[in-house]
Amino acid sequence: MTLESFLLMRQELVLLAVILLLVIGEIFSNNKKGLLNFAIGLFVVHTVIGFLPMQEGTVFGGMFRSTSLIHLFKNVLNVGVLIILLQSADWIKEKVVPENKSTEFFILMFSSLLGMYYMISAGDFLMFYLGLELSALPVAALVAYETTKRKSAEAGIKFILSAALASGTSLFGVSLLYATTGTIHFEEVAAIISYSNLSLLGFIFFFTGLAFKISLVPFHFWTADVYEGAPIGIASYLSVISKGAAVMILMIVLFTVMKPFDIVTHNMLYIVSLATMFVGNLFALRQQNMKRFLAFSSIAQAGFILLGIMSNDQLGVATVVYFVGIYVFTNLAAFGVVQSISLQTGKENIDDYNGLYRTNPKLSLVMMLALFSLAGIPPVAGFFGKFFLFTAAASQGMYLLVFLAVVNVTISLYYYLLVIRAMFLRKSKTAIPYFDNKIYMKLGLVIAVVGILFIGLYSPIYDYIFEISKL
Amino acid sequence: MINGISIYEILTITTIIFFIGVYGFLTRKNLITMLLSIELILNASAVNFVVINTYLFPENLQGVFFSIFIIAIAAAETALAVAIIINLYKLVTSVEVEDTETMKY
Repeated sequence: MTLESFLLMRQELVLLAVILLLVIGEIFSNNKKGLLNFAIGLFVVHTVIGFLPMQEGTVFGGMFRSTSLIHLFKNVLNVGVLIILLQSADWIKEKVVPENKSTEFFILMFSSLLGMYYMISAGDFLMFYLGLELSALPVAALVAYETTKRKSAEAGIKFILSAALASGTSLFGVSLLYATTGTIHFEEVAAIISYSNLSLLGFIFFFTGLAFKISLVPFHFWTADVYEGAPIGIASYLSVISKGAAVMILMIVLFTVMKPFDIVTHNMLYIVSLATMFVGNLFALRQQNMKRFLAFSSIAQAGFILLGIMSNDQLGVATVVYFVGIYVFTNLAAFGVVQSISLQTGKENIDDYNGLYRTNPKLSLVMMLALFSLAGIPPVAGFFGKFFLFTAAASQGMYLLVFLAVVNVTISLYYYLLVIRAMFLRKSKTAIPYFDNKIYMKLGLVIAVVGILFIGLYSPIYDYIFEISKL
Repeated sequence: MINGISIYEILTITTIIFFIGVYGFLTRKNLITMLLSIELILNASAVNFVVINTYLFPENLQGVFFSIFIIAIAAAETALAVAIIINLYKLVTSVEVEDTETMKY
């Protein structure tokens, strides 16, 4: 192995260096507030280095692989985490720094991101499993991070128990796949695997673990509770970064390894996708808490993503990656507004947003843009994302599914508009008073908004993704 | 390899252990016993890997290595879960599921 091939792991190495520097900084620094800026600064450097071009190839006998698409996806994750850090900076300053545990926050979050890198770059099931666990365990600690709050602890225990059950089931599935093929390398498995009852059982168990991370419907029960109890920054991390990485590896495994199960996969995803969309949308209708509302909305969005995964060709891959990229910016804008309001006033219910436009017009506009993008209203990026997803599904002849998806978009528009009505049309004497956001929060919201507008309107991005969409 | 015992018996036992784990996780009302059920699931998979490796594919050691990693990760998982349970116990003074649950639907 030469240095050149070792540098295929550049993103991971740089992130590891960032984590180690944070540990050293924690030991030697007296100024804990300075560490916050230090951590964000280091991560900005990491994000910028990530955008340098990289070769394709494999390391460690195929255990670790890197393609242009995976590299691009890691960059998307980087930008997402950067936005989350900027939006959480004020929360960290107020709540975490006084308890003197801010560095752990960054170390845990970066370790989880490192796990996601390894998960989406995995070339065999061992690497995949290690990445999956490395990405899930630190997040469980982060969910239970507010140790004095009861809800946070409850969310933490719910998350760790259901994550462990899901990954354990997934692992049992991998052991059955190993029994039928005798190897754990993706490429060799793909060459040997054939349709049999045992391998089918293994495949379905394996699917469970990923479906849990994407919160598809039979495995979605943890989502709303965890989002409500967790700190908002972590809730947005779960809904965007964790979900995006799981979608990517699910797509890779389904397309490259599980070829013989084409028909089973198609039928399974068909049902799961419909159930996910309907359950997510219908439950979102009755939510009052904004975090739970966004949780169910993110479940519904996962159902739409499955539409693209089902179409199973270059177009499908490109649209899914494109949609996830848009979804990162959109959801983070919405979560950012919720977080800034919750931090300033402690209010999280939809009714509390009554009359927000009169007091905080800028925040309301950001929220409106994000919700329109989630619903898929034309000028913003979300519309193009959904449009391409539906095109990819329709090109495979799944017209009924596309029709039902469009019905779901209409339902979703209703409840997104409920929030917009509360902000713009309702009046309230107890409206949230005007407040000014800190610089980090402003920066986080601005990047998210620029992302929403830019990705939708600048078409070469989609062309580029389509070009490199080979798994 | 054990003389006189074929792979069928061992795989039957691991599968039974796995489903005992799933059943226990779904029916138990105590957080610690739920954690024990998850350990059963993970151990069933670890034994599965070792057995399949030794009986069916003895020429290389992928399964055995996999099981070592499973044991390590199971330990990490348990440690973290117990830490969270202890913190929860400080706040609610109970490890029963019914006492801890406030968020629903």
